Amino acid sequence: MTRFASMRGWALTLIALAMLPFILPSDYYLGIATHALVIAVLALSLDILIGQGGMSSLGHAAYLGVSAYAVAWTTRNAGWPAYAAIPFALALGTLTACVFGVLALRARGLGFLMITLALGQVMWGAAYRWVDLTGGDNGIRMQARPVLLGFDLNNATNFYIIVCAVLLTTLIAIYKLDHSALGACLRGTRDQPRRMRMLGHDVWKIRFVGFVSAGFWGAVAGVLYAYDYLYVGPSALSLPQSAEALLMVVLGGAGTLAGPVAGAIVITVIKTVVSSYVDRWYTLLGLTFIIVVSVMPKGLVPGIRSWMKGNRA
Amino acid sequence: MFQLSRRGILKTGLGASALTLTGIPARAADPLRIGFLTVKTGPLAAGGIQMEQGMLAWLKLNKNKIGGRDVELMVADTNGVPATTRTKTQELVERQGANLLIGPLAAFEALAVADYTEAHKMPTLGLAAFDEGTQKGAQKYFARPTSSAGQASHVLAAYCYTELKMRRMAVIADDFAYGHQQTSAFLRVFEDMGGKIVQKILPPLNAPDYGTYISQIKTNLDGIFMGFAGSNGFRFTKAFFEYGLGGKIQLVGGLTAMDEAILQQTGEDAVGIISGNFYTPSLENPENKAFVAQMNADYKADPGYYACGPAIVAAVLDAAITKLGGKVDDPDLLISTIRSNTVPNTIRGPVKFDAYGQAIGNIYVRKVTRAGGKNTNTVIKTYENVSQFWTYDPAEFLKNPTYSRDWPVAKNLEN
Repeated sequence: MTRFASMRGWALTLIALAMLPFILPSDYYLGIATHALVIAVLALSLDILIGQGGMSSLGHAAYLGVSAYAVAWTTRNAGWPAYAAIPFALALGTLTACVFGVLALRARGLGFLMITLALGQVMWGAAYRWVDLTGGDNGIRMQARPVLLGFDLNNATNFYIIVCAVLLTTLIAIYKLDHSALGACLRGTRDQPRRMRMLGHDVWKIRFVGFVSAGFWGAVAGVLYAYDYLYVGPSALSLPQSAEALLMVVLGGAGTLAGPVAGAIVITVIKTVVSSYVDRWYTLLGLTFIIVVSVMPKGLVPGIRSWMKGNRA
Repeated sequence: MFQLSRRGILKTGLGASALTLTGIPARAADPLRIGFLTVKTGPLAAGGIQMEQGMLAWLKLNKNKIGGRDVELMVADTNGVPATTRTKTQELVERQGANLLIGPLAAFEALAVADYTEAHKMPTLGLAAFDEGTQKGAQKYFARPTSSAGQASHVLAAYCYTELKMRRMAVIADDFAYGHQQTSAFLRVFEDMGGKIVQKILPPLNAPDYGTYISQIKTNLDGIFMGFAGSNGFRFTKAFFEYGLGGKIQLVGGLTAMDEAILQQTGEDAVGIISGNFYTPSLENPENKAFVAQMNADYKADPGYYACGPAIVAAVLDAAITKLGGKVDDPDLLISTIRSNTVPNTIRGPVKFDAYGQAIGNIYVRKVTRAGGKNTNTVIKTYENVSQFWTYDPAEFLKNPTYSRDWPVAKNLEN
C-alpha cells in the first residue's frame, strides 16, 4: 500500500516535472527550475553520505567545484569539446573524493565533519589564490553551452530536459544503491559498525565506497552547474555552498529520495524568487528552517508523509 | 516585519505576471524600468546598501525622473554570489522587462553576467572597478561612468613622484583582483617615471590582524600606497598608528582606502592621508552639494565610493535619455548615445567616454583634513580628463597583459 502510494507520488512528480516547460510562462522560471534541480543533484549526492552512511560533511561543494572548474577550464582554456570535458571533470571530481575519503574517513562524527570542512576550505583557498589556473576571484567564464546529441543546450527547454534526465538517473542510481547489498552494508556501518566488523565486513572500505560514490554524483552536479551558470568562481566550492547543500538535506529529510530534492527546491525558491519580494529573506530562510525542524524534526518529506498517514487513520 | 522591496509587486507578483513577461515595447508614458543589481545580504552588504542609498537619494532629488520619464527602480539583491547574480540578472531582464541595468557591485559578479547581458543586448552601466570590463574584455553594451581599478592609481603615482618627490615606496593591498589592479597600476606609472617600489605586501582580504604585516614594513620609505577595500583601510591605519609608525611614513590610498564609509571611524589617525578618487563629497559643484545634502538628510552619512556611483550613472543616463526624447527601445542607439555624450554636470564633474566604454573625467587627489571633529577628504589637486590608459597609447596599453598580481613585474623589490 505505502509502496503503491509512493510510486504514485513519484509518477505524479515526474509528470509535473515534464509539464513544467509548458506551464511556466517564461524561460526565466524554467531557469529557476533548472537551478533547483541542478542543486538537487548535489543535495542527493550528499544524502548518500548523510542518509545512508550517517556521515555529515561540510565540504561537499568541493566535488561540485572541482568538476565545474574542470569543465570550464578545459572548455575555455584548452578548447576541449564537451564529450571530452565532461568525462574528465567527472573523473577529476571522483579522484578528489578518493583523496578526501582517505583523509577524512580516519575520523567519525564531529572529527569527520571538521576534516571535511577543512578539506573544503583548502579547495576554496586554492580556487581563490591559484590565479593562473582558476582566475582567482574573477573565476572562469564560458561562452555558451554545447550541442549534445543534436540537442542545443542553449535552448532553456532542452537544457531543462537534460537536467531532468540526469536527476532521474541520479535518483534511480541512488535507489538502486539503497536497495543493494552495498546500501545495506552502508546502513549497517552507520548503525552498528562494531557488529559489522564482527560479521567480517571491512567497515572502512564500505564507507570509502559510499564516500566516493557521493563524490561522483557531486561531480555530476558540478558539470550541470558549470553549464547552467556558464561561470565558475570560488563561491562554487565555498563553505556557504557546502552548508547550503547540508541544509537542503536536513530540511527535506535525510535518508529519503524525495527529501533532498524537496529541500533543494524550497531553498532555491526562497533564495531566488522570494528574495525578490522580501528584503530579509535570510531571516525567512532561518525561520523556515527552525519551523520545519521543530514541527517535523525528520525533515519535510518524512514529516508530511507521517502527517498524511495520521490524517488517514 | 518584512519590507516589500518593489513598487511593482502587485503588477509582477500574482496573476498579472504574464503582462510583463512578453516584453511589450514601452510607450513614452510607461515608466523607465531600471534593473539595479546590488548586494543587501552577505559580507558585501555594507557597500551594496550605500549603493542603493545613493540611487534613491539621486532619484528623490530629481523627482524620480530620468530623461523626463518616471523611473521604476527594480532592486535585486545578488547576495554577492556570482550564481545568484546571474539568476537575478535573468529575472530583471526576462521577467521584469528591464530597459537597462545598473551594477552589479563586485568585479566577479560583473564578469559572471557579462556574456549574458551582451547576448541579450542589455545596456549595462557598470559600477564595479575592474579593468577587464573596459579593456581586453570590453563589451559593446557596457559603459562605466565611474572608473576602472587603475585609473586613479595612475594619477596618484604621478602625484607622489612629481609633487611629493617620493622615490622609494612600498605597496600594500588586499590579495584579490581589485587590490592587485590598483597596486599594479600604481607601480607601473611610479616606476615608469623613475621611482622604485621596493616592497610589495599582499595580506589576505580577511586578514584578522595587520600586525605581522606592519612589522615587515621597511622604515626607509618615502611613502606607502594602500590598495584596500571595505573596512581594511581603516583597520590597517589603526594598526599602523598602534605600532608607532603613524606620521613617520606618508600613507597614500587608492579608491577605497580612505572611503567616506570608514573616514569618521578612523578619527585623527586619518589626518594627512592622501588618496586618489574620481569623486569626493566636498566637491563644490551644485549637483554634488544637493546630493550630499540629500544623503545627509536621509541617511546621515556623506556619500562615498559606493553611494556616489549610482548618482553619476543616473546623471549620465538622464542626459542620454533626454537626448533620445525618452526612447530607450533600441539598445544599440541607447548605448551609443550614452557613450558619445559629454555630460557636463554629474556630481563628479564632467564625464565623457572613450571607445571602450570607460569614462574619461576628473581624478581628484585628496587629503584628509579635520575640523570640528569631522574628517573630510579635501581636494588638493585635480587632474582633468583622465583616461583609463593614463598617458599611454590605448593600443599599446592593450597589448600588455591586464593588471594583475604578477604584471607588471616589480623589478626593484628589496628583501
